[in-house]
Amino acid sequence: MPRSSKPRSIRRRTLLAVGAASAVACGSRRRFCRFFSDEEARTVEALCAQVIPEDQDAGAVTAGVVNFLDKQLAGFYKPLQKVYRRGIAEIDHRCIAFGGKKFADLPASAQIDLLHQIEKDPDLLPFFNLLVDHVMQGFYGDPRHGGNRDRVSWKMLGVPYPPVRGRLRYDLDNPGASEKPWG
Amino acid sequence: MGLRRVNAVIIGAGAGGGIVAKELSEAGLSVVLLERGKWYSPFDCRKDDLRNQRTCVLGNGFGPDDERNPRVTVDLHGRERTVRASGPGYNNNAACVGGGTFSYGAMAWRYMEKDFRMRSTYGHIEGSTLADWPVSYQDLEPYYEKAEWEIGVSGDVSGDPFHAPRRKPLPMPPLPPNREYEILHPAAKRLGLHPFDIPMLRNSVPYNGRPACMRCRWCVGFACEVDAKCGTHNTVIPKALASGNCELRTECVVKQIETDSRGRVSGIAYFDAGNRLQYQAADLVVVSCGAIESARLLLNSKSKFFPRGLGNRHDWVGRNLQGHTYTGAFGLMPAPIYDDLGPGAGIAICDYNHGNAGLAGGAMLANEFIRLPYQFVSMVPAGKPRWGKAHKDFMRDAYRRAIAIQGPTQEMPVFDSRVEVDPAIKDFWGIPVARLSGSRHSHTIEISSVMAGRAEAWLKEAGAIQTWRKLSGPGLSAGQHQAGTCRMGDDPAVSVVNRYCQVHDVDNLFVIDASVHVTNGGFNPVLTIMAIAYYASDRLVRSWKGRGLA
Repeated sequence: MPRSSKPRSIRRRTLLAVGAASAVACGSRRRFCRFFSDEEARTVEALCAQVIPEDQDAGAVTAGVVNFLDKQLAGFYKPLQKVYRRGIAEIDHRCIAFGGKKFADLPASAQIDLLHQIEKDPDLLPFFNLLVDHVMQGFYGDPRHGGNRDRVSWKMLGVPYPPVRGRLRYDLDNPGASEKPWG
Repeated sequence: MGLRRVNAVIIGAGAGGGIVAKELSEAGLSVVLLERGKWYSPFDCRKDDLRNQRTCVLGNGFGPDDERNPRVTVDLHGRERTVRASGPGYNNNAACVGGGTFSYGAMAWRYMEKDFRMRSTYGHIEGSTLADWPVSYQDLEPYYEKAEWEIGVSGDVSGDPFHAPRRKPLPMPPLPPNREYEILHPAAKRLGLHPFDIPMLRNSVPYNGRPACMRCRWCVGFACEVDAKCGTHNTVIPKALASGNCELRTECVVKQIETDSRGRVSGIAYFDAGNRLQYQAADLVVVSCGAIESARLLLNSKSKFFPRGLGNRHDWVGRNLQGHTYTGAFGLMPAPIYDDLGPGAGIAICDYNHGNAGLAGGAMLANEFIRLPYQFVSMVPAGKPRWGKAHKDFMRDAYRRAIAIQGPTQEMPVFDSRVEVDPAIKDFWGIPVARLSGSRHSHTIEISSVMAGRAEAWLKEAGAIQTWRKLSGPGLSAGQHQAGTCRMGDDPAVSVVNRYCQVHDVDNLFVIDASVHVTNGGFNPVLTIMAIAYYASDRLVRSWKGRGLA
């Protein structure tokens, strides 16, 4: 597990070799994490599943938000690595203290209860707020950053993609009567 | 090594500096225009909704970069924090050729007559340095017009009975209305208000050799992919360069302004794109770095004559830092109204800029630019879930049905809201960084809350089945509308520059950007920055006598 490695400087071949050696699964699908350990990824995936759950539309897990978080924590969010490591550990620690299980192993209803408790906890709330914001970025943001796989959130919201160009037509004599693309 | 002496060095190629560069170089002065950022092109649009100048959670789209440009902020409890350029509290404005005008939303407002006479209109406000400008709207009117026609503005203000007198109409018609416009227009009329088409520095028809807006949703915060937004980068700066008298040097960071043995400005020391220290001698220096960086540069330019920094004999440099207090409301319509027609903002009212009982000013209210999905995430009503199934339902349900109306409340200037230079933290080049502290005036908050109510009433009249307000906290205000730190005035004891933007005690040093704004209007400030730049340049050129000022 290349925990402290710099992704930009890693060659694909090296990454594959490291990944194959440790066979880390990041999230539900078998892939390689840049920052999260196997266990951390499991907890984060369970958290994502509650922050934006699956329903008739894809949720954060299907959208690849775990990959987004992992990618950013090895990149732009590198300064937040410690915050994440500590926050994830603390959430799991609390779950074990209360119910003897890690967050990912709790039933959904217990997970939601626990997150509501965390929202009232001044120690854990900052991390949870950060996580929620990052999950939203990964889910609703541009797919280039590692989340929003297949633009699932944009499809859910009905945001057209790609935008249609050149649809502006002018009737300068009667500007109010110009094209109404929603018509 | 010595660089060839020039007549004028202009620091900052934004809204102000770009115009000064063109006016001076076309008048025959030799000009060096320095910019700390890069020169981007329309190909740099990138449509990256997490990394642009509006939403910068993954970095600023057009600078400055996070690594080399920290600032220090002091919060309301006196806690200090070092912040990176894309971080909250930094109060960033873009660092690139064109400055904010490269990626802005491009509303092109003239301030109203009363905006230049706030003290005369409203009297003394306890705890505020509210004052009149030394110049009037009438002084600036010809220069507003010049900005509208040279840079290019579309829109139609004929429906606004409150606008100040003007000689010419706008050069371009407004963009055709989007759906929000068509809902909000009759609603405003029913309320007895006066809705009209927002003036925008955006081509609605081909103008100045560039095409019309294609109405995509990547507008405010992004480079315009078809170059239809009009900034200084695609109008006056190319003209300055074409004059043959102007040299643009990008990625140059000015260390300090140098003074000679007589206390006049002799040139500047700066780090070039290769981080080499250079000295550029000049007959005059124009500072156009934006309200925070202009103040920082003056404060960092200490010398025997100016131990507290240039222009700072009376401790006014960096004071009265202000921006706008944006408040408003969201309304949920009964059916989807999202039409994906950018820029989104199109309709405004100026009924509430002045004349609000008991309030010293107000704000223009307008519908908001298109909200990209991530931007909409935080627009949930207060107290509603911010995550989980309920939040997802809100997004799915509300995204295509929501209208946002908001406006920039004119702020009461506060003397202790200020830019200083930090005694400890330095940037990559070893230059002390800006240190921001202060808060909004309580009356600003009061006005802004009333404005939010007015926005909500408009949405209700438009048929919104649910509305909620967006209010403002008391924290420091500056942001992209930053202004006020080098106040213009006739009395050197309570201002930094005179009515021609000339620093009071240094006759060959000018500050030409929003720093000189005494008050910041209830409007986006850019057209006023441009008008001031044309106005000050005009005076400068007319008093120029070969190698100095008459």
